[in-house]
Amino acid sequence: MAEAIIFYTLAALILAFAVMVVTVRNTLYSALLLAADFLLVALLYASMNNLLLAVIQVMVYAAGIVLVYVFVVILVNLKRPPEQQPDRGRYRPIGTILAAAVLGELILITATGALRPAPAGGAEAVGSVENIAMELFTNYLIPFEVASMLLLVAMVGAIVLAKKEL
Amino acid sequence: MITQTHYLLLSAALFMIGVFGVLSRRNVIVIFLSIELILNAVNINLIGFAEYWGNSSGQVFAIFVIAVAVAEAVIGLGIIVAFYRNKETINIDEMNLMKW
Repeated sequence: MAEAIIFYTLAALILAFAVMVVTVRNTLYSALLLAADFLLVALLYASMNNLLLAVIQVMVYAAGIVLVYVFVVILVNLKRPPEQQPDRGRYRPIGTILAAAVLGELILITATGALRPAPAGGAEAVGSVENIAMELFTNYLIPFEVASMLLLVAMVGAIVLAKKEL
Repeated sequence: MITQTHYLLLSAALFMIGVFGVLSRRNVIVIFLSIELILNAVNINLIGFAEYWGNSSGQVFAIFVIAVAVAEAVIGLGIIVAFYRNKETINIDEMNLMKW
Protein backbone atom coordinates (compact mmCIF):
# COMPACT_ATOMS: atom_id res chain seq x y z
CA MET A 1 0.00 0.00 0.00
CA ALA A 2 2.75 2.43 0.96
CA GLU A 3 4.57 1.37 -2.19
CA ALA A 4 1.54 2.29 -4.31
CA ILE A 5 1.13 5.68 -2.63
CA ILE A 6 4.81 6.51 -3.19
CA PHE A 7 4.68 5.41 -6.83
CA TYR A 8 1.52 7.33 -7.72
CA THR A 9 2.70 10.50 -5.97
CA LEU A 10 6.07 10.38 -7.71
CA ALA A 11 4.54 9.54 -11.08
CA ALA A 12 2.04 12.41 -10.86
CA LEU A 13 4.76 14.86 -9.87
CA ILE A 14 7.13 13.63 -12.60
CA LEU A 15 4.49 14.02 -15.30
CA ALA A 16 3.32 17.40 -13.98
CA PHE A 17 6.87 18.79 -13.95
CA ALA A 18 7.53 17.34 -17.41
CA VAL A 19 4.43 19.08 -18.79
CA MET A 20 5.60 22.33 -17.24
CA VAL A 21 9.09 21.88 -18.76
CA VAL A 22 7.69 21.74 -22.28
CA THR A 23 5.01 24.44 -21.85
CA VAL A 24 6.63 27.17 -19.73
CA ARG A 25 7.63 30.25 -21.76
CA ASN A 26 10.82 31.20 -19.91
CA THR A 27 13.74 28.97 -20.94
CA LEU A 28 15.52 29.36 -17.61
CA TYR A 29 12.43 28.21 -15.70
CA SER A 30 12.22 25.30 -18.12
CA ALA A 31 15.77 24.19 -17.26
CA LEU A 32 15.19 24.55 -13.50
CA LEU A 33 11.92 22.60 -13.68
CA LEU A 34 13.83 19.91 -15.56
CA ALA A 35 16.29 19.71 -12.65
CA ALA A 36 13.36 19.21 -10.27
CA ASP A 37 11.99 16.52 -12.60
CA PHE A 38 15.35 14.71 -12.61
CA LEU A 39 15.42 14.77 -8.81
CA LEU A 40 11.93 13.22 -8.73
CA VAL A 41 13.04 10.51 -11.18
CA ALA A 42 16.00 9.86 -8.86
CA LEU A 43 13.51 9.39 -6.02
CA LEU A 44 11.61 6.93 -8.21
CA TYR A 45 14.83 4.97 -8.79
CA ALA A 46 15.47 4.97 -5.05
CA SER A 47 11.94 3.67 -4.44
CA MET A 48 12.78 0.82 -6.85
CA ASN A 49 15.88 -0.02 -4.74
CA ASN A 50 18.27 1.34 -7.38
CA LEU A 51 20.36 3.56 -5.15
CA LEU A 52 23.38 3.62 -7.49
CA LEU A 53 21.25 4.82 -10.39
CA ALA A 54 19.57 7.39 -8.12
CA VAL A 55 22.95 8.83 -7.10
CA ILE A 56 24.17 8.89 -10.73
CA GLN A 57 20.93 10.57 -11.76
CA VAL A 58 21.36 13.33 -9.18
CA MET A 59 25.07 13.85 -9.81
CA VAL A 60 25.14 13.64 -13.62
CA TYR A 61 21.70 14.84 -14.67
CA ALA A 62 20.39 17.15 -11.98
CA ALA A 63 23.78 18.68 -11.23
CA GLY A 64 25.90 18.33 -14.38
CA ILE A 65 23.65 18.49 -17.41
CA VAL A 66 21.19 21.06 -16.05
CA LEU A 67 24.12 23.27 -15.01
CA VAL A 68 25.42 23.23 -18.59
CA TYR A 69 21.94 24.09 -19.86
CA VAL A 70 21.65 27.01 -17.42
CA PHE A 71 25.06 28.31 -18.54
CA VAL A 72 23.97 28.18 -22.18
CA VAL A 73 20.65 29.92 -21.39
CA ILE A 74 22.65 32.70 -19.75
CA LEU A 75 25.20 32.86 -22.61
CA VAL A 76 22.51 32.95 -25.26
CA ASN A 77 20.88 36.04 -23.85
CA LEU A 78 18.03 36.44 -26.28
CA LYS A 79 16.81 39.84 -27.27
CA ARG A 80 13.95 38.27 -29.18
CA PRO A 81 13.00 34.83 -27.85
CA PRO A 82 11.69 32.48 -30.52
CA GLU A 83 8.35 32.05 -28.79
CA GLN A 84 7.50 35.73 -29.06
CA GLN A 85 7.87 35.85 -32.80
CA PRO A 86 4.81 35.75 -35.04
CA ASP A 87 3.05 32.50 -35.95
CA ARG A 88 4.35 30.79 -32.86
CA GLY A 89 3.00 27.37 -32.00
CA ARG A 90 2.39 26.52 -35.63
CA TYR A 91 3.36 22.91 -34.94
CA ARG A 92 1.37 22.67 -31.75
CA PRO A 93 -1.78 20.99 -33.19
CA ILE A 94 0.14 18.37 -35.13
CA GLY A 95 2.46 17.78 -32.17
CA THR A 96 -0.49 17.32 -29.82
CA ILE A 97 -2.28 14.95 -32.18
CA LEU A 98 0.81 12.88 -32.93
CA ALA A 99 1.91 12.57 -29.30
CA ALA A 100 -1.64 11.75 -28.11
CA ALA A 101 -2.08 9.13 -30.84
CA VAL A 102 1.17 7.33 -30.10
CA LEU A 103 0.55 7.56 -26.34
CA GLY A 104 -2.87 5.99 -26.81
CA GLU A 105 -1.34 3.24 -28.88
CA LEU A 106 1.35 2.56 -26.26
CA ILE A 107 -1.23 2.49 -23.45
CA LEU A 108 -3.38 0.09 -25.46
CA ILE A 109 -0.44 -2.22 -26.11
CA THR A 110 0.75 -2.09 -22.51
CA ALA A 111 -2.68 -2.58 -20.97
CA THR A 112 -3.85 -5.40 -23.22
CA GLY A 113 -0.61 -7.17 -24.08
CA ALA A 114 0.39 -9.91 -21.69
CA LEU A 115 3.92 -9.88 -20.32
CA ARG A 116 5.61 -13.19 -19.94
CA PRO A 117 5.59 -14.07 -16.23
CA ALA A 118 8.72 -13.09 -14.38
CA PRO A 119 11.16 -15.93 -13.82
CA ALA A 120 10.96 -17.42 -10.38
CA GLY A 121 13.78 -16.71 -8.00
CA GLY A 122 14.91 -13.58 -9.83
CA ALA A 123 14.70 -10.00 -8.63
CA GLU A 124 16.97 -10.18 -5.65
CA ALA A 125 18.83 -6.86 -5.42
CA VAL A 126 19.49 -6.46 -9.12
CA GLY A 127 20.09 -2.77 -8.51
CA SER A 128 22.86 -3.31 -5.99
CA VAL A 129 26.30 -1.88 -6.67
CA GLU A 130 27.90 -5.34 -6.61
CA ASN A 131 25.64 -6.76 -9.32
CA ILE A 132 25.87 -3.71 -11.57
CA ALA A 133 29.66 -3.60 -11.23
CA MET A 134 29.91 -7.31 -11.97
CA GLU A 135 27.91 -6.88 -15.19
CA LEU A 136 29.67 -3.66 -16.17
CA PHE A 137 33.21 -4.97 -15.76
CA THR A 138 32.70 -8.43 -17.22
CA ASN A 139 30.02 -8.66 -19.94
CA TYR A 140 30.00 -4.96 -20.83
CA LEU A 141 33.67 -4.12 -20.44
CA ILE A 142 34.29 -3.17 -24.09
CA PRO A 143 31.22 -0.89 -24.35
CA PHE A 144 32.35 0.68 -21.09
CA GLU A 145 35.77 1.51 -22.56
CA VAL A 146 34.15 2.74 -25.78
CA ALA A 147 31.94 5.02 -23.69
CA SER A 148 35.05 6.60 -22.17
CA MET A 149 36.35 7.24 -25.69
CA LEU A 150 32.96 8.77 -26.60
CA LEU A 151 33.18 11.16 -23.66
CA LEU A 152 36.74 12.15 -24.63
CA VAL A 153 35.68 12.86 -28.22
CA ALA A 154 32.64 14.83 -26.99
CA MET A 155 34.88 16.93 -24.73
CA VAL A 156 37.31 17.71 -27.57
CA GLY A 157 34.40 18.49 -29.89
CA ALA A 158 32.78 20.85 -27.38
CA ILE A 159 36.06 22.74 -26.89
CA VAL A 160 36.51 23.08 -30.67
CA LEU A 161 32.90 24.25 -31.12
CA ALA A 162 33.26 26.85 -28.39
CA LYS A 163 36.34 28.46 -29.97
CA LYS A 164 36.11 32.12 -30.91
CA GLU A 165 36.54 31.76 -34.66
CA LEU A 166 34.72 28.86 -36.28
CA MET B 1 0.72 -3.59 -5.97
CA ILE B 2 2.99 -1.81 -8.43
CA THR B 3 3.65 -4.01 -11.44
CA GLN B 4 5.78 -3.72 -14.54
CA THR B 5 2.79 -2.23 -16.41
CA HIS B 6 2.77 0.82 -14.14
CA TYR B 7 6.38 1.60 -14.95
CA LEU B 8 5.73 1.08 -18.66
CA LEU B 9 2.77 3.48 -18.60
CA LEU B 10 4.72 6.14 -16.69
CA SER B 11 7.60 5.77 -19.13
CA ALA B 12 5.28 6.00 -22.17
CA ALA B 13 3.61 9.15 -20.84
CA LEU B 14 6.96 10.82 -20.07
CA PHE B 15 8.28 9.83 -23.50
CA MET B 16 5.28 11.34 -25.27
CA ILE B 17 5.48 14.57 -23.27
CA GLY B 18 9.08 14.82 -24.53
CA VAL B 19 7.99 14.12 -28.11
CA PHE B 20 5.32 16.81 -27.80
CA GLY B 21 7.98 19.26 -26.62
CA VAL B 22 10.25 18.43 -29.55
CA LEU B 23 7.42 18.88 -32.06
CA SER B 24 5.73 21.98 -30.65
CA ARG B 25 8.55 24.25 -29.44
CA ARG B 26 10.90 26.25 -31.62
CA ASN B 27 13.45 27.31 -29.03
CA VAL B 28 16.32 24.87 -29.62
CA ILE B 29 17.31 24.78 -25.94
CA VAL B 30 13.80 23.66 -24.95
CA ILE B 31 13.94 21.01 -27.68
CA PHE B 32 17.13 19.68 -26.12
CA LEU B 33 15.49 19.69 -22.69
CA SER B 34 12.65 17.63 -24.17
CA ILE B 35 15.18 15.14 -25.55
CA GLU B 36 16.56 14.74 -22.02
CA LEU B 37 13.01 13.94 -20.87
CA ILE B 38 12.77 11.28 -23.58
CA LEU B 39 16.06 9.71 -22.47
CA ASN B 40 14.82 9.67 -18.87
CA ALA B 41 11.69 7.84 -19.97
CA VAL B 42 13.90 5.25 -21.66
CA ASN B 43 15.90 4.85 -18.44
CA ILE B 44 12.75 4.28 -16.37
CA ASN B 45 11.73 1.62 -18.87
CA LEU B 46 15.13 -0.10 -18.75
CA ILE B 47 15.21 -0.18 -14.96
CA GLY B 48 11.62 -1.38 -14.77
CA PHE B 49 12.46 -4.31 -17.02
CA ALA B 50 15.70 -5.01 -15.12
CA GLU B 51 13.71 -5.31 -11.89
CA TYR B 52 11.14 -7.45 -13.67
CA TRP B 53 13.62 -9.97 -15.06
CA GLY B 54 15.99 -9.90 -12.11
CA ASN B 55 18.90 -9.03 -14.40
CA SER B 56 21.36 -6.18 -13.91
CA SER B 57 21.90 -5.55 -17.63
CA GLY B 58 19.12 -2.97 -17.60
CA GLN B 59 20.95 -0.81 -15.09
CA VAL B 60 24.17 -1.11 -17.12
CA PHE B 61 22.34 0.09 -20.22
CA ALA B 62 20.81 2.95 -18.22
CA ILE B 63 24.34 4.02 -17.26
CA PHE B 64 25.35 3.93 -20.94
CA VAL B 65 22.28 5.98 -21.86
CA ILE B 66 23.29 8.59 -19.28
CA ALA B 67 26.85 8.72 -20.69
CA VAL B 68 25.55 9.20 -24.24
CA ALA B 69 23.07 11.83 -23.01
CA VAL B 70 25.93 13.81 -21.48
CA ALA B 71 27.91 13.69 -24.73
CA GLU B 72 24.83 14.67 -26.73
CA ALA B 73 24.00 17.60 -24.43
CA VAL B 74 27.55 18.97 -24.50
CA ILE B 75 27.94 18.75 -28.29
CA GLY B 76 24.42 20.04 -28.95
CA LEU B 77 24.86 23.02 -26.67
CA GLY B 78 28.26 23.74 -28.25
CA ILE B 79 26.58 23.83 -31.64
CA ILE B 80 23.85 26.11 -30.25
CA VAL B 81 26.42 28.56 -28.86
CA ALA B 82 28.41 28.55 -32.12
CA PHE B 83 25.23 29.06 -34.13
CA TYR B 84 24.05 31.88 -31.89
CA ARG B 85 27.40 33.62 -32.25
CA ASN B 86 27.04 33.61 -36.03
CA LYS B 87 23.30 34.14 -36.51
CA GLU B 88 22.05 35.82 -33.31
CA THR B 89 19.11 33.44 -33.07
CA ILE B 90 18.20 30.05 -31.65
CA ASN B 91 14.87 29.78 -33.40
CA ILE B 92 14.72 26.40 -35.09
CA ASP B 93 12.77 27.86 -38.04
CA GLU B 94 15.69 30.15 -38.87
CA MET B 95 18.20 27.28 -38.81
CA ASN B 96 17.89 26.56 -42.52
CA LEU B 97 21.51 26.84 -43.67
CA MET B 98 21.57 23.26 -44.89
CA LYS B 99 17.99 23.21 -46.13
CA TRP B 100 17.82 22.49 -49.82
